[in-house]
Amino acid sequence: MTATVFWQLVLGFGAISLVSVGGGIAVLPEMHRLVVEVHGWMSDADFARRFALAQAAPGPNVLVVGLFGWHVGGIGGMLTAVLAMTLPTSFMAFGFSRLRARLAGRLWLKTIERGLVPIAVGLIAASGLILARGTATGWLPAVVTACSTLFVWRTDYSPLWVLGAGAVVGLAFL
Amino acid sequence: MSDPPPRPVPTLLDLFLTYGKIGLIGFGGINAWARRVLVEEKRWLTDQDYAETLGLGQVLPGPNALNAAIMVGDRFHGTAGAIVAPGAMFGGPLILLAGLATFYDAYGEVPLVRAVLAGVAAAAAGMVIGTAAKMTQKLKPPPALLAVGLTALVAAGVFRVPLPYVVLGLAPFGIWAARRAMRAR
Repeated sequence: MTATVFWQLVLGFGAISLVSVGGGIAVLPEMHRLVVEVHGWMSDADFARRFALAQAAPGPNVLVVGLFGWHVGGIGGMLTAVLAMTLPTSFMAFGFSRLRARLAGRLWLKTIERGLVPIAVGLIAASGLILARGTATGWLPAVVTACSTLFVWRTDYSPLWVLGAGAVVGLAFL
Repeated sequence: MSDPPPRPVPTLLDLFLTYGKIGLIGFGGINAWARRVLVEEKRWLTDQDYAETLGLGQVLPGPNALNAAIMVGDRFHGTAGAIVAPGAMFGGPLILLAGLATFYDAYGEVPLVRAVLAGVAAAAAGMVIGTAAKMTQKLKPPPALLAVGLTALVAAGVFRVPLPYVVLGLAPFGIWAARRAMRAR
């Protein structure tokens, strides 16, 4: 990895992270602009493939930036991109966490916290819906998604069971 | 309201191992799994605690699962916790992803691999939707808050409105609805 690429990763992803309200994936279009349009590091199809790979792997969705970094700078590029994307906002979150502890119990803070709860839950549901639409290439994946929804909602068994079942169904029929 | 049994408090090692696990099983995104492990399995947090922390993580810039992990870590073990929890959550998957990137370049187009990944992804999608349904059932939101949540779901999930607009646009309505609900009590 050259010094130029290092700084392009640091400044590019660092800047993007600061506007990523709502989650790392909210800024996917910005990432596309940086990686494909501004620097020409990879093609459109490569970008989509890397994103799909990061989605299929476990872990925070934002790790997709690690794959972009990997593409231009190997393991060093991966670490640089991930740290640029996570460190600056981590300090902000930590500062906020301290502030929150100091203000704990204030009625206005409690009101704000409660008011944000439905948005948090609604966005979890939305991300599930988007994932489902991406995978529903026929009736079978849609059935797997529906069964898995019911299983996780109505039982307290570990969701790892449905992931295993999904892998078996994929192996057998897809 | 009767007092629930006291909630266990994790040690620093607990935080490390638990967040490491959450990272490595976090198919389809971290948040649904973090809730499953922190609220149902470990009982360190209530559904309300977890949803509030995640909600704040979403209004702050940065990956929301990371912001939530920092706040949970800080809550139990201060600065050390705020480093250990997100570090464990990112460390495992990062190593896995480096391996996967190498593997995928060589085998990604093998139909068998694609089929298994497709099956897992479909199940993970259902897992995420099921988690949202379960949280709604447990949190029992009053109608106004439920409406805010459904609006977030439709705006982000159906119309694909960019998340910053959804979060910042709906926050005032959520806060207003929460204020009304708390006054009514």
